[in-house]
Amino acid sequence: MEIFGIPIQAFLGQLLLGLVNGSFYAMLSLGLAVIFGLLGIVNFAHGALYMIGAYVAWIGMEKFGINYWMSLLLAPLIVGALGVAVERSLLKHLYKIDPIYGLLLTFGLALIAEGVFRDQFGVSGQSYSVPEALSGATNLGFMVLPNYRAWVVFASLAVCLGTWFVIERTRLGAYLRAGTENPALVQAFGINVPVMVMLTYGAGAGLAALAGVLAAPVIQITPLMGSNLIIIVFAVVVIGGMGSILGSILTGLALGLIEGLTKVFYPEASSIVVFVIMAIVLMIRPAGLFGKEK
Amino acid sequence: MKLKKLSAACALAAATMFGASAQAQVSGDVIKIGFITDLSGLYADIDGPAGGEAIKMAVAEMGGAVAGKKIEVLVADHQNKADVAAAKAREWFDTQGVDMLIGGTNSGTALAMAKVAQEKKKLFISVGAATSALTNEQCSPYTVHWAYDTTALAKGTGNAVVKAGGKSWYFLTADYAFGSQLQNDTSAVVKAAGGTVVGSVRHPLSASDFSSFLLQAQSSKAQILGLANAGGDTINTIKAANEFGITKTMKLAGLLMFINDVHSLGLKATQGMYLTDSWYWNRDPETRAWSRKFFEKIKRMPSSLQAADYSAALQYLNAVKATGSDDSDKVLAQMKKTKVNDVFTKGGYIRDDGSMIHDMYLMQVKSPDKSTEPWDYYTVAETFKGEAAWTTKAESKCAVWK
Repeated sequence: MEIFGIPIQAFLGQLLLGLVNGSFYAMLSLGLAVIFGLLGIVNFAHGALYMIGAYVAWIGMEKFGINYWMSLLLAPLIVGALGVAVERSLLKHLYKIDPIYGLLLTFGLALIAEGVFRDQFGVSGQSYSVPEALSGATNLGFMVLPNYRAWVVFASLAVCLGTWFVIERTRLGAYLRAGTENPALVQAFGINVPVMVMLTYGAGAGLAALAGVLAAPVIQITPLMGSNLIIIVFAVVVIGGMGSILGSILTGLALGLIEGLTKVFYPEASSIVVFVIMAIVLMIRPAGLFGKEK
Repeated sequence: MKLKKLSAACALAAATMFGASAQAQVSGDVIKIGFITDLSGLYADIDGPAGGEAIKMAVAEMGGAVAGKKIEVLVADHQNKADVAAAKAREWFDTQGVDMLIGGTNSGTALAMAKVAQEKKKLFISVGAATSALTNEQCSPYTVHWAYDTTALAKGTGNAVVKAGGKSWYFLTADYAFGSQLQNDTSAVVKAAGGTVVGSVRHPLSASDFSSFLLQAQSSKAQILGLANAGGDTINTIKAANEFGITKTMKLAGLLMFINDVHSLGLKATQGMYLTDSWYWNRDPETRAWSRKFFEKIKRMPSSLQAADYSAALQYLNAVKATGSDDSDKVLAQMKKTKVNDVFTKGGYIRDDGSMIHDMYLMQVKSPDKSTEPWDYYTVAETFKGEAAWTTKAESKCAVWK
C-alpha cells in the first residue's frame, strides 16, 4: 500500500519523526506564548535560554557529575532564576513603553549570551549522551524508534498540557490572566502583580531551559543551537496566534508533522514550508489561527 | 502591525551586527599579511582565531622581520558573507598596504576575495575554502590554493571506500553550491572506480533534524552513506545516524570532516569512519613537536587548516626573503620555483593553475580503546600522491593553465 508513491511504512515513520520535532516546537512556542500573552514581551532571548538550558545540563554532567534526571529539574530552576534576574533588572522598566524595546533588549541579550558561550566553549559544540534508562530503540514494525525520542514526545506533551491546565483552569491562572487585562484592579484586590509577572517570565525561561535539556542528547550542544531554531518557533507562535497557549501547542505539533511530510516529498523546501504557511495564515487570519482580534 | 514592527526591529538588529573592523595603522615600510576568515561563526573552530595564531607562529619563526622589514599580521572576520570579505580585502589592499592575503574557511568568501586580489594584482592564498573552482573555472594568476579542494577530497575518500568494498552509495547533501559540487565530484569518482550511486537527498543548510533524511537514506539499501555536508550539519547527521541505528546497516563516509568535528562528537560515535584530510597532527615526530607548541597557546590540537595557515605564511615569507621584495609577481614566481618543505608537507609545489600539489591522507577514526591520549583520533590508512588527488590538466577548465 502506498500514499502518493511513498510506502505506507515510510510514511508513518516520517509522521512520527515530525511529531518528535513538533514536540520541541510546541514546548518552545508555549514559553514564548506565555511570556507574550501575560507580559506583552516578544522574548527574542528564548533561543538563548534554550541553549543555556542545554549547556547547564552539559556542564552539570561534565564538571559535577549531575545526571540527566537531576538536570531536568535543575536546569529550568537555574535558568528560571536567571530569567527572574533579567526581568527584575531590565525588562520591568519596559512594560509601559512600546513592545519594540522589549524585543530589542531580549535580542541583544541573546547575542551577548551566544557570544559568551562561543568564547567559552567554541562553536563545534559538545556532546551529551542519552541517559542509560532511555538508550536503545524499539522496533515498531514500520520503523525503529529510539526510546529517547519517544520520551521527548511524552515529556513535552505532559509539560504542555500541564502548563495549559495551570493557566486556563486554575485560580492562579485566573489571577495571571486577570493581571494582564487590568493590573491596577487586580493589584487592588491584594494580589502582588509585579511578583506574579516576574515569576511568569521565570517560568517561561524555565520552559525554554527544559526544552534545552530534552534536546541535549539528540543534537549537538552549540552556542548557536537556539538561533537556528528560534525563527521557526516565532513563526509557530505567529501562526498559532500570539499569546494563545493552546494555539501554540497545537500549531507546534501540526507544523512538526507538516515539515516531516515535506522532508519526504520535497526535502529542499522543508526549511521554508513553515514560513509559507505563516504567510498564508497571516493573509487569511491576521491574528493567527487561535488568536483574538484586538 | 506587530509583525511589521518585528521585522523592522530584526533588520535593525541585523544591521548592528556588521560591526567588525580591523585595527591597523597605515605604514609603509612593512610586510603586511592579511587574514580574513570566519572568526565567530560555525567554522570558527576549524580555522578562526587559532588560524591567525598559526600565522603569527610563522612570523615569530622568521624573527618578526624579513629582508630588514617588520612583518605585520592583520586579522578580520568575514562573518561568512562574501560581500564583507570582498569589501575588507579591497580596503586592506587600497588603504592598509596589505601585501598578501590569506583566505580562511567558506568558499563563497574565498571566490569573492580572489576576484579582488586579481584586480589589485596581489597574491591571494586560499587555505580553508573547499571549492575547486578557485583553481579551475575561476582560476586567477594571483590565486594559490593551499590545503585541499573538493576534487582532492572526492578522489581520496571515493576511491578508497570503493576499493574497500563500498560499491553502492547514497548521498546526504547540503543544499547549496558546495554540497552539490562535492556530491558531483564524488559521484564521478565512485562511478569511475566501478561503484554505483543509488540516490541522494538534499537537506537545507543548518537543518534542525536529520532523522527524516536518514530514514530515506536507509530505505535505499545502499552500503555507503556519503555525507556531502560540513560542520554542524555533519556532526548532527552522525549523531542521529548512531541513534537510529543507521550505522548498523550502512557505513558513513564523511566527505569533508576536520579533527574538531571528531573531537566534539567523540570516538564512540565516529569510530571506523573514513575521511580525507591534508594533514594530521599526530603523524610523525615533526608534526607532533609543532602541534605541542600550538597546543600550549591554544589549548587545542591544530586542525589541518591551521597547520596550512602556518605553512602558507612561512613559504610566503621565505620567498620575500629570497627575492628581497614584496612585489606579488616576483614573490609568486619564487614560490613556484621552490618546493614546499615544512611541517605541513614535504615536496609540495605550486602548479600553474594555483593548486599547491601535495600528499593527501585517508584517515580512519580509531576506536576509543586504541586512542592513547586526547586528540589521538586517526590512523593514516593511505597516503595519496598529490598528482593522483588533484584534477588533471586534461580535466581542468582553468584558462591560465592552458
